[in-house]
Amino acid sequence: MAKRFNALPGFGLTFGFTLFYLSALVLLPFAGLVIRACELSWSDFWRLATTERALAAYRLTFGASLADAVANAAFGTLLAWVLVRYEFPGRRFIDAMVDFPFALPTAVAGLTLSNLFAANGWLGRYLVPLGIKGAFTPLGVVIALTFVGMPFVVRTLQPVMENLEREVEEAAATLGASRLRTFVSVIAPSLMPPILTGFALAFARAIGEYGSVVFISGNQPFKTEIAPYLIVIRLEEYDYTGAISLAVVLLAFSFVLLGAINLLEQWSSKFQK
Amino acid sequence: MAGDIKIRTRAAQKPSQRGTEESPVMKWVLIIVALGFCLVFLLLPLANVFAQAFSKGWTYYLRSLTEPDSWAAIRLTLIVAAITVPLNVMFGLAAAWAIAKFDFRGKSLLITLIDLPFSVSPVVAGLMFVVLFGLQGFFGKWLQAYDVKIIFAVPGIVLATTFVTFPFVARELIPVMQATGTEQEQAALTLGANGWQTFWHVTLPSVKWGLIYGIILCNARAMGEFGAVSVVSGHIAGQTDTMPLRVQKLYEEYNAPAAFAVASLLALLALLTLGIKTLLEWRQAREYEKAQRAQADNP
Repeated sequence: MAKRFNALPGFGLTFGFTLFYLSALVLLPFAGLVIRACELSWSDFWRLATTERALAAYRLTFGASLADAVANAAFGTLLAWVLVRYEFPGRRFIDAMVDFPFALPTAVAGLTLSNLFAANGWLGRYLVPLGIKGAFTPLGVVIALTFVGMPFVVRTLQPVMENLEREVEEAAATLGASRLRTFVSVIAPSLMPPILTGFALAFARAIGEYGSVVFISGNQPFKTEIAPYLIVIRLEEYDYTGAISLAVVLLAFSFVLLGAINLLEQWSSKFQK
Repeated sequence: MAGDIKIRTRAAQKPSQRGTEESPVMKWVLIIVALGFCLVFLLLPLANVFAQAFSKGWTYYLRSLTEPDSWAAIRLTLIVAAITVPLNVMFGLAAAWAIAKFDFRGKSLLITLIDLPFSVSPVVAGLMFVVLFGLQGFFGKWLQAYDVKIIFAVPGIVLATTFVTFPFVARELIPVMQATGTEQEQAALTLGANGWQTFWHVTLPSVKWGLIYGIILCNARAMGEFGAVSVVSGHIAGQTDTMPLRVQKLYEEYNAPAAFAVASLLALLALLTLGIKTLLEWRQAREYEKAQRAQADNP
């Protein structure tokens, strides 16, 4: 280890413990999954990972996650703007409540959302007669994912919006730009990187989300079954190889997104300077 | 005095902000749409949990919670959190000490690896432990020979929960410890304190708020984890059902009021977590302002 001169003790102990704990709890389980996956032949893997039912599950998972990320990018931007720029009664309460979806166990979120949007629920009793069915439909999956992903865009945007320089907007206004024009050509460009980061974070979270969705979707194969749920089904059938193949697809996708998010954050921080 | 200045600067700012604000109509439309979104996606789901939990009255609510299987689930959840959180606190402190106070090669790789559990689907996390310790898993035969049960038993639940809550404490502590630097510790050591004394009396107090923050987030997730635990638990009523799993089982048995009763405890936990978190943030903001003002007063 390239250790600079440092009089503090405890590097060996803490570094050793960190590595041990990380290896035992994270790297070993990962290695186990990867080894089992590598024991599969390519054709077996491809067959198990691309069954009709799996393809339908990916389509729903990715489609609903994308819809959730778009909804959160739009409403999250609006909410962050309102929280940063305006004073209104209850602002601090709402600001604190934005983190509620992170704090609430996903099972509880799924339970209460499915109840809200069911035909006799508080919202369902008005929406279902209008043809908007939120429970046991693909729309329900989007609703659950939107709830779970809500804090991401707001929380990545807020600090950036707080640091926006009012002088630049003033200059634009002085030069005769309308408010909309100022927003589109002056404010929006500097908000784009954090919006995209929040979008990607919400998307990544939604891909793996399980707890909130299983309550509201109904889990019908080919219709409202998400990929993580199919993994659970395969496990319950003792079809380990099937479960592992699906897990590898989800993991690969998560890592691609993780890389994208890191790049976005680097781009974002460059933008700040 | 300071208040005076603040009022004056505000008044001075007001007119110059014209042209950088939306018209009042636009402003209130935006506020109402944003609040509508919050109403549907934050406040109604929360209110609904309690409304449904008490829909059959207090006695039914209390009976649902004290019924043996739900009671066992509450106990198991507390036990799992009581094992998981201290483990991850120990890890978080050790990792933050090594990463923040020392330079070594591969540091950024280590930080990335610590964050890894956050980017894994909880279901996949559970699957990893089944692959290791399940009957067909790597250690399955060996465990069976010694009659040790991990999967479909409490140890599996603890392992899966520890995995998904792994990064919380460490990622809160690392930036805080990095920000405080090493000078204070160096001073303590120069004055004759040993390593442990330095850690207890110098480092720990300086990072305590970050540590508390990490602990409450870790605890909330540990008590509320569903996906990973669901895969490894086996759903044995009264034995391996945690509170979130109990909620699901009651819901599937069409006993919604009882499901909501158990869920209401988890919602309370979420509110408590949020309350402590907000208090800590306000505190931090106040201290920051105080430091700024002190700096402005003595340039």
